[in-house]
Amino acid sequence: MRTPFIIRFLNATPRAGWIALGVFAALTLVVMPALHLLLPESSPFHVSTYVITLSGKIMCYAIVAVAMDLIWGYAGILSLGHGLFFALGGYAFGMYLMREIGTDGSYQSHLPDFMVFLDWKELPWYWAGSDSMLWAILLVLTVPALVAYIFGYFAFRSRIKGVYFSIITQAMTFAAMLFFFRNETGFGGNNGFTDFKRILGHDITSPEMRATLFALSALALMLTLLAGRYLVTSKFGRVLTAIRDAESRVMFIGYNPLHYKLFIWTFSAMLCAIAGALYVPQVGIINPGEMSPANSIEIAIWVAVGGRGTLIGPVIGAGLVNLFKSYFTVAFPEYWLFFLGALFVGVTLWLPEGVTGLWKRLKARRTA
Amino acid sequence: MNATVENPNWEVSVPAIGHVLQPGVDTSHKVILYLEDISVSFDGFKALNNLTLAIDAGELRCIIGPNGAGKTTMMDVITGKTRPDSGTCFFGQTIDLTRMTEPQIAHAGIGRKFQKPTIFENHTVFENLELAMKTDKRAWTSLFAWLSSEGRDRISDTLKLIRLDHQAERQAGLLSHGQKQWLEIGMLLMQEPQLLLLDEPVAGMTDDETERTGELFKSLAGKHSLVVVEHDMAFIEQLGGKVTVLHEGSVLAEGDLATVQADERVVEVYLGR
Ligand SMILES: Nc1ncnc2c1ncn2[C@@H]1O[C@H](COP(=O)(O)OP(=O)(O)OP(=O)(O)O)[C@@H](O)[C@H]1O
Ligand SMILES: [Mg+2]
Repeated sequence: MRTPFIIRFLNATPRAGWIALGVFAALTLVVMPALHLLLPESSPFHVSTYVITLSGKIMCYAIVAVAMDLIWGYAGILSLGHGLFFALGGYAFGMYLMREIGTDGSYQSHLPDFMVFLDWKELPWYWAGSDSMLWAILLVLTVPALVAYIFGYFAFRSRIKGVYFSIITQAMTFAAMLFFFRNETGFGGNNGFTDFKRILGHDITSPEMRATLFALSALALMLTLLAGRYLVTSKFGRVLTAIRDAESRVMFIGYNPLHYKLFIWTFSAMLCAIAGALYVPQVGIINPGEMSPANSIEIAIWVAVGGRGTLIGPVIGAGLVNLFKSYFTVAFPEYWLFFLGALFVGVTLWLPEGVTGLWKRLKARRTA
Repeated sequence: MNATVENPNWEVSVPAIGHVLQPGVDTSHKVILYLEDISVSFDGFKALNNLTLAIDAGELRCIIGPNGAGKTTMMDVITGKTRPDSGTCFFGQTIDLTRMTEPQIAHAGIGRKFQKPTIFENHTVFENLELAMKTDKRAWTSLFAWLSSEGRDRISDTLKLIRLDHQAERQAGLLSHGQKQWLEIGMLLMQEPQLLLLDEPVAGMTDDETERTGELFKSLAGKHSLVVVEHDMAFIEQLGGKVTVLHEGSVLAEGDLATVQADERVVEVYLGR
């Protein structure tokens, strides 16, 4: 007899996991938005705009980290170009935000300011329809995934692996960055898209909108974790880790790794794009800097710090590193990159399984 | 007249024109594997040199030869890992292996055990067998695959056969060397191949384990065809099939073990010059 899909889905996560998820949902979907919206700023329990935006941002990063871990931790493919998919999602949604500005820009034109500045008379064809939010969402869900699919198809079919693959992904995001930097390509050059005003006609900086974006980011993170959990506990996930550990053996028992890699790679890119689309309205800007090679490397560092091959590890890693970053870049801005480099070396040498690995080791010692 | 043959295994019916193509391997001429004039060179060094070899359906063939004779390379060619520079390699009458990828060859019905045991060390023993089991192995199917009770039964039968039924939930990387060899043989059986290629299957096994492996192989012959590469002469004697001696990439001698061992050229090759 076939077990219904929903039962398999429920079985994929243990009870403690469901409870933790429930607590997280209550906090992010109800408690924090309520404390932000309903309490006056003078109240000690008021959740400030700073906290709401910072945690919303970090949850977007956490989605990217989980996406990265699905391919790196579980399939053994280290991408150093995941920032590209994040940025593409951000740009696709960012254009919608630009269009929502309407005639409130500095040139009072229906065209986005940067196009007026370039003396363009009309919207380029590829941005047609970008004034519709539904179309923007469709772009977010399809364009980065398509780019990933095509890139992945050629790379995996040619059996490009390991460090070669990582280098090519770096080159990919770097090339895209140069392309987006150019004014004539229609992506706003080095300033990118910014000065957003509204979403669906509502003020983008209002507390209600901030709370909504925050809650949506939390929801997206939870759905990412659930989908990830289902994937890694399915037979698909077992084949994926088998490919990571002994690819040729997998082929000799009749699996074609190409399709497995391609699926998880494209899915991972799609998650990054969703995270990017949620991130941009919260930070208020998207520019080619998001595609810089260093950004993509930073994603890998979050995962390494949190612990590869677990789903909660990347969330913890993204949270820890970024909380630290938001403190560090204020206190000692010049030293952040050195610190990040040192962190990566330190984790690689002493904590190969990241924070979650350390936790497991401590627990094992206590029970032993 | 263009009669159509209904075959339940095929999605479409095929017009019968003279010789009817059967799905799977066609062994109507008794031969299941036929290599002809295969050559493979690595940077000018000829690992296989015009190798010609035929294996009958149901046969248990042993292949011996000194180190570097090309035994493993031959298996690489059959399973699609290495493309030959020249020559043909047919599975049955119709399937040209030199044009197929590794997964396609596995689906056609050829299973392989590697010289160095390769199992999935981070998976449990049970999961290793589950992954190997003959089934639809496409990515999309795996996403929604759920182990049926028949599948579960097949795995537990195999677990008993390879005597790992008490270790089913153990991580495979923690098994002893001999147990890993057995697990890999078990994975091979789960694939239900028609042709089994076994590269040094008893290396690192105790005498008792070796003997039991020999019994297992003999019981498989007939229904399956087996090609066993070994250095262990006692084991080859136990198996009792035809023996092929490989040397410098081609066949040096062929026959039963006693005949081959009496062959002067074979003695010379084994004793060295
Ligand atoms: N990928 C490769 N590149 C270069 N040379 C290779 C490669 N694979 C095999 N060879 C060489 O081809 C020759 C045949 O190797 P092969 O592994 O087939 O020998 P074998 O008969 O299996 O030996 P053994 O009994 O030691 O396993 C050896 O000299 C080996 O060094
Ligand atoms: Mg060998």
